[in-house]
Amino acid sequence: MTVRSYGEINARIRSGEVVVMTAEEAIDLVAAKGLAKAAAEVDVVTTGTFGPMCSSGAYFNFGHSRPRIKMQKVWLNEVPAYAGLAAVDAYLGATEVPEDDPLNSNFPGQFKYGGGHVIEDLVAGRKVRLQAESYGTDCYPRREIDTWFSLDDINEAVLFNPRNAYQNYNCAVNLGDRTIYTYMGILKARLGNAHYSTSGQLSPLLKDPAFRTIGLGTRIFLGGGIGYVAWQGTQHFPAVHSGANGREFGPAGGTLAVIGDLKQMSPRWLMGSSFTGYGATLTVGLGIPIPVLDSDVLRCATATDAELFAQIVDYSDAYPDRRAENLGFVSYAELKTGRITVRDREVPTAPVSSLPRAREIAATLKEWIQKGDFTLTEPAFTLPPAGRAAAARSLEIRGRE
Amino acid sequence: MTSRRIVLRFNAANVDEPIIYRLAKDYDLVFNILKANVSPQLEGSLVMELKGERYQEGLAYLEARGVSVQPLSQEVVRSGERCTSCGACTAVCPTGALSLSRPAMQVEFDKDECVLCQLCVAACPVRAMEVHF
Repeated sequence: MTVRSYGEINARIRSGEVVVMTAEEAIDLVAAKGLAKAAAEVDVVTTGTFGPMCSSGAYFNFGHSRPRIKMQKVWLNEVPAYAGLAAVDAYLGATEVPEDDPLNSNFPGQFKYGGGHVIEDLVAGRKVRLQAESYGTDCYPRREIDTWFSLDDINEAVLFNPRNAYQNYNCAVNLGDRTIYTYMGILKARLGNAHYSTSGQLSPLLKDPAFRTIGLGTRIFLGGGIGYVAWQGTQHFPAVHSGANGREFGPAGGTLAVIGDLKQMSPRWLMGSSFTGYGATLTVGLGIPIPVLDSDVLRCATATDAELFAQIVDYSDAYPDRRAENLGFVSYAELKTGRITVRDREVPTAPVSSLPRAREIAATLKEWIQKGDFTLTEPAFTLPPAGRAAAARSLEIRGRE
Repeated sequence: MTSRRIVLRFNAANVDEPIIYRLAKDYDLVFNILKANVSPQLEGSLVMELKGERYQEGLAYLEARGVSVQPLSQEVVRSGERCTSCGACTAVCPTGALSLSRPAMQVEFDKDECVLCQLCVAACPVRAMEVHF
């Protein structure tokens, strides 16, 4: 029941006839006209998400100084980068912080500046201090360097994020009796609040839950520029959540590794971020176009907030202790009202990923496709869906034998 | 003797104590409550004018009871450029000064409701909330 191919969609993009809708617009269309008519009409559905994504970073090639140095240790604005690569290559992780950061010694720590902030400074066009040390070799005699550069001054700067765009995420609460400081924000004691972190019905991997169209080489919106899916993300464990009585609560667990040229990205879509008491990170804007290959693709892409669920997890005890427990499931429609009920208590909710920015990403991607600038790529292979992906392994403490 | 505008913040342990009564009765201070709020999590805040000969003693009593005292000369300011409307501050804010408009899900900041607790400053990932003196 193929409706259209990648080739046909791209031909329509080039001729200017393509029909593109954001996932929210497509939801309205399906509600008004029914799935079959909508699938005949819409070529592409766009998605978006803008949230903190810790497994992000960038690699650089700085160019060679005279005399040359084989950079063994590298700091960017005093944030250490990993230089165990060729002479002037280094990888900077979003969560790295300066060696003299007080961390959580005065709890909760502020984590004011880290790798994510360096990346934001660079895409904002600001100069960044580069310091490097080495041991000196015959071919690379220099032992230290201290200079400043901007993105225009260096050879390559590539955003390469090993795990982004989580398909779904926990709704985090705190059953304990003190405020806790987590990567899901500040969680007040005794179910004081509940935080969630997806754009729900706009979220990329919730709209192609079986990975029918997303895979290696999928062209995407990344950090305000164009990027690509490079691989499945780390901890790519797609599954379908089910409740105690066997009721299904939809997809979760898929992730993406993504890559793109940092030089064409923007500080509006890559923002250095700080989670009090937890650490520094990078907030990433990411959007994926979903080709409507058939009506089933559109059916999934138009799942609504009422049909998508988060599991409620206690971050005071169950999560840190890695116990696979939850306090039930809640739909994104309920979460977006601002109040949910947990253990018979009314709990105020708040997102930690920006829905207005997610909408802006989906709308921007739509515009790029409509203008003919952005065609769709057919993946070299699609990512493994639930049932075909590897199961999560835990890390056990054991001896060598 | 001029009265000073201050913000008191209470926690679950002291929110049900008759602290203002003690300020008046034991320290002979004149108070005028401008705004008071107790959240469902029993965090209380109170904006008041306070004056009297034994003002400093009154402040010492408040601190001893675990009530934090701040002058109202401070102001929490949001950087419109930096704020992404993620919402991470909205359930942490005890008074509803920071809230999400629906269905746009834009973060709104009503300064009149702000009691300077500064929880939003710590809660904001992109550090859009600042304290100005």
